[in-house]
Amino acid sequence: MKSILIAMLVAMTLPFGLATPACAGSGDVVVENAWSRASIGTSRPGAAYMDIRNAGDEDVTLTGLRTDLAGMPEFHLTSTNNQGVSSMSPVGEIAIAPGETVALAPGGMHAMLMQLRRPMEEGGTFPLTLLFSDGGEVTVEVPIRGIAARGPDD
Amino acid sequence: MRRRSVLGYGAAAFGVIGMTLFAGWWRVDGPGAPQAVGARPLPLTEMEFSLTNHEDRTVGPETLIGSPTIAFFGFTYCPDVCPTTLADISDWLDALEGDAEKLNVVFITVDPERDTVEAMAEYVDYFHPAIRGWTGTERQIARAVEGFRATYEKVPTESGGYTMNHTASVFLFDAQGRFVSTIDYHEPREFAVPKIRRAMNDEEAEGA
Repeated sequence: MKSILIAMLVAMTLPFGLATPACAGSGDVVVENAWSRASIGTSRPGAAYMDIRNAGDEDVTLTGLRTDLAGMPEFHLTSTNNQGVSSMSPVGEIAIAPGETVALAPGGMHAMLMQLRRPMEEGGTFPLTLLFSDGGEVTVEVPIRGIAARGPDD
Repeated sequence: MRRRSVLGYGAAAFGVIGMTLFAGWWRVDGPGAPQAVGARPLPLTEMEFSLTNHEDRTVGPETLIGSPTIAFFGFTYCPDVCPTTLADISDWLDALEGDAEKLNVVFITVDPERDTVEAMAEYVDYFHPAIRGWTGTERQIARAVEGFRATYEKVPTESGGYTMNHTASVFLFDAQGRFVSTIDYHEPREFAVPKIRRAMNDEEAEGA
């Protein structure tokens, strides 16, 4: 609740000067409910989840990710077909219309963190930067929950 | 002459229709039908495979007879679906409280190359204690997957590694090893737990 309030406040203040003209669109992006699961060592990929909301009135396009935690962070989509078979594939750009929210959630899209440079330890956080087509960037500090976590509050 | 040719065309048309229907039947329901991916799993009593559990013991379908079973496929290098499924199952088992002890809960890897006995032991340790991890040779894993009428496929990734596509449904069997139902990937707890109860009740009804 508190984080939503803060996010709303941030969203409300952003149009008043914080956003630079060069990234008017991505300057209005709000990231909420970010979380990830702890890893066992560094050999397995990690995943992070969050809600990415376009609080502005222009289209924004997510083009990629950057983090010092992983050598190869990418947006991936898990899909399960009607025969119950799940597969995962990289997602290119993600367009977010004004007022829309893109949810990165288990079983759908996620920030796939390949080539971990250090273990993701429960209780810690890591910075994850979202890159936008207008040159803007939004960095969030992603909390790391337990391996068996099912959501941001676990 | 005219009537005759009309009759002839009619017969030919019937023939074509008949052949089409026959060909359709052959390919869809007949002997030429592809192995149905969504087909019901065999009863555990009719499956044949031998794997190793995360405590380095030899296990197989016969290990599961006598208690109701929750079984599913995955791999520990899977960042999204598998931890979600394991966490969901842990949550369902928590909802069953003490009754969870009456269940076999088996996570079978489809990636034996990376999921050694040690890797499985380390991984399942993070989830509900009832969850067992099974691994084995490529050949035996393939036989297990075949018995469940599940599928899996190794897919190379851009980074030079690989990931696995696999059936993400959870399979439920009663204590006699008969298939009861599946729980879909990420199905809500309020639907999943009654299905598990049903697999358990079948046992009580039959075993009484």
